[in-house]
Amino acid sequence: MSDSQRGLQGPAPEERPHPDGRRNAQGIRIDPEAESEHEPRRTVLSAIVEHEPGVLSRVAGLAARRQFNIESLTVGPTTVDGHARITMVVEEPDPGIDQIEKQLAKLKPVISIGELDDDAVRAELVLLKVRGEEPDKVHAITEMYDGQTLDAGPETITVQLTGDEHKIDDAVDAFRRFGIIEIARTGQTALAHGAKKTVPGEEPATSGEPTKPTPNTK
Amino acid sequence: MSERTATTTDPNPTTTPDEPTETEVTSGSTAVVRALENAGVDTAFGVQGGAIMPIYDALYHSDIRHVTMAHEQGASHAADAYGVVHGDPGVCLATSGPGATNLVTGIADANMDSDAMLALTGQVPSDMVGSDAFQETDTTGVTAPITKHNYFATSPDTVGDTVGEAFALAAEGRPGPTLVDLPKDVSLGETDREPGPGKAPETCRPRTEPDDAEVEAAARAIERAEKPLLLFGGGVVKGDATDVARQFATEHQIPVVTTMPGIGAMPEDHELCLSWAGMHGTGYANMAITHTDCLIAIGTRFDDRLTGGIDTFAPEAAVVHIDIDPAEISKNIHADYPVVGDAGRAIERVDAEMTASPDAREWVEQCQAWTDEYPMDYAAPDNEPLKPQFVVEALDEATPDETIVTSGVGQHQMWAAQYWTFREPRRWVSSHGLGTMGYGLPAAIGARLAADDDETVVCVDGDASFLMTIQELSVAVRENLDITVAILNNEYIGMVRQWQDAFFEGRRMAAGYEWCPQFDKLAEAFGARGWTVNSYEEVPDAIEEALAYDGPSVIDFHVDPAENVYPMVSSGGANGKFALTEDQL
Repeated sequence: MSDSQRGLQGPAPEERPHPDGRRNAQGIRIDPEAESEHEPRRTVLSAIVEHEPGVLSRVAGLAARRQFNIESLTVGPTTVDGHARITMVVEEPDPGIDQIEKQLAKLKPVISIGELDDDAVRAELVLLKVRGEEPDKVHAITEMYDGQTLDAGPETITVQLTGDEHKIDDAVDAFRRFGIIEIARTGQTALAHGAKKTVPGEEPATSGEPTKPTPNTK
Repeated sequence: MSERTATTTDPNPTTTPDEPTETEVTSGSTAVVRALENAGVDTAFGVQGGAIMPIYDALYHSDIRHVTMAHEQGASHAADAYGVVHGDPGVCLATSGPGATNLVTGIADANMDSDAMLALTGQVPSDMVGSDAFQETDTTGVTAPITKHNYFATSPDTVGDTVGEAFALAAEGRPGPTLVDLPKDVSLGETDREPGPGKAPETCRPRTEPDDAEVEAAARAIERAEKPLLLFGGGVVKGDATDVARQFATEHQIPVVTTMPGIGAMPEDHELCLSWAGMHGTGYANMAITHTDCLIAIGTRFDDRLTGGIDTFAPEAAVVHIDIDPAEISKNIHADYPVVGDAGRAIERVDAEMTASPDAREWVEQCQAWTDEYPMDYAAPDNEPLKPQFVVEALDEATPDETIVTSGVGQHQMWAAQYWTFREPRRWVSSHGLGTMGYGLPAAIGARLAADDDETVVCVDGDASFLMTIQELSVAVRENLDITVAILNNEYIGMVRQWQDAFFEGRRMAAGYEWCPQFDKLAEAFGARGWTVNSYEEVPDAIEEALAYDGPSVIDFHVDPAENVYPMVSSGGANGKFALTEDQL
């Protein structure tokens, strides 16, 4: 070896030419002068999954460890033996929603997944337990929101309401005046509007046939 | 089948005239072994234990070579490296509880690097699951985040098919680790059902053939580029797309940088190859990434060690991203031109679609000018402590071109990747995404068993990294594996020391390893050969003797403890602003 100090050469960092371009937090090239971040939006994802032990934990665990914000999660069987539908409300910027879909699609039990359009049919169920001091007024509000009284006693009245998120929110507000003791909301469940497919490849069933999706290829 | 029934069943009855042979499935465990045989598995790494004993008993009758490792972590790293070198998934086994949890580091490592691997774990009997039984762990729960998929076997009749599916799934599409948890009653339970041919589940079939529109858009983007740059990731290596990728680069005269897992996808002495980019990548690779106007990234997940700060990564480049995993598209870096599909097939299709090569002569010249401006070099006076870079170069020079190099994690890993010239894929076996210290030695064992006998296997390790899995030397000795371990010993967790000096005002808290053992003597104690090297003069002879020795050998190179790894892009910094000295950080 020579005694000379060979070392690394070339201009120091600040002396090197550096392009003006830049990317935002999602890695998208943006106007160097402008701020351009995607705003989060709420949306509903629907997935057909193999109804096997642990599937909900796999789905929820994946969302949690990748830091996706789930607003609500519902799951239930479909008309096909061994299949279940998971409906998930998430709030993320567009690239995040795209990532959730793609990451969930990679899970082995996930057969197909898709995002619902704004016109999807959505509903959730809520049970409300309120103070029973004004049963007539509680009954009136319950009727106003097409609800049902499930349990009524001298101290508490429990009602059931279903509907879209706004309706439920309004109803909950309306019941506040009686003093809400306990509340249980299921979170949204949803299906695509009309004959549209809820998840990609899903064939809406005709009479007597089960709805079957084809495996996700996204 | 319950545990009580199962324990009364002798899986290998010796009293019957027809003693089980390797062609007969009699139990869940024999079905598991049959599935492995069907998949072509010839080697497996593991450690015995209570809940996995039935599987080992079935292996007794099989031709599959089982290598008992000193620790389950070693088994998972060895299986990982075996898969990297061999191409098919490596297989590791462990018992329930601590056996399974000891595999976890290696499974996570394989997951981060998309290495195909199958882990089989014993489990307490089904009817005891959930009772906190002896050596019980929720293995599928623990490993769910770090596997492509894991399975809890439920029946001796189906367990063979499950193992076949898990093996196939590990290799399907984007490779990764899978795991099958095997309750003891399932392993012991009777069955005569032959497992079918293993295939990945329908829901995990990747799109291998790229979409026409995507191919066309990508081709147009590349054609009009003035400063195109190819970025070969680990997916080029694992997708066996090296030949096609190289041909594409040379045909269109597009410079190439690689990621660390992509090392060897392009010969590093090729005039178009700018070596690897990222935190400790070459200055010229990082300059090229910074200035390209069209980055054609293939089989990479844009790890933060590659990109530095997202905002300054390839800031003016349209990004063409070819990947078999759609979830990688626009995960970290937005893909302007995504192409989802098999790497080789996608390159072929894009190439066929292109009507002209980009006009990039000036750009190629610029890239070559950067190689002169920022050469990979180091100060190596005669009278100073031995420079680690010199040791790596000396090892490279003394070994055949296609030597397999494994490494631990730390400064030595960076020097090995920087100063070894790799020319072929599957020759650089390291822990990239997870950065697992202790990976090198068990990986060398796995690589050695996957390699041809006439291939050379060298493990470049650090003192602290080597100590983490040093017990695996006993395995190398027992199996008489021809491995040369070169320790770049600076008596530090060197990378930590480097960061402490640069970012923590020199407070070297818990970075010193002055109490390192005498590794040469430790090697001899294990039954291997050992050398200690302190000076430049001793280097050639020690390397020659170690390489000539037919068995495991350890050279403890005492290198300059003050040497640091450069170039360096500071964490979250801009690739083009790599530091050449600590002052520039």
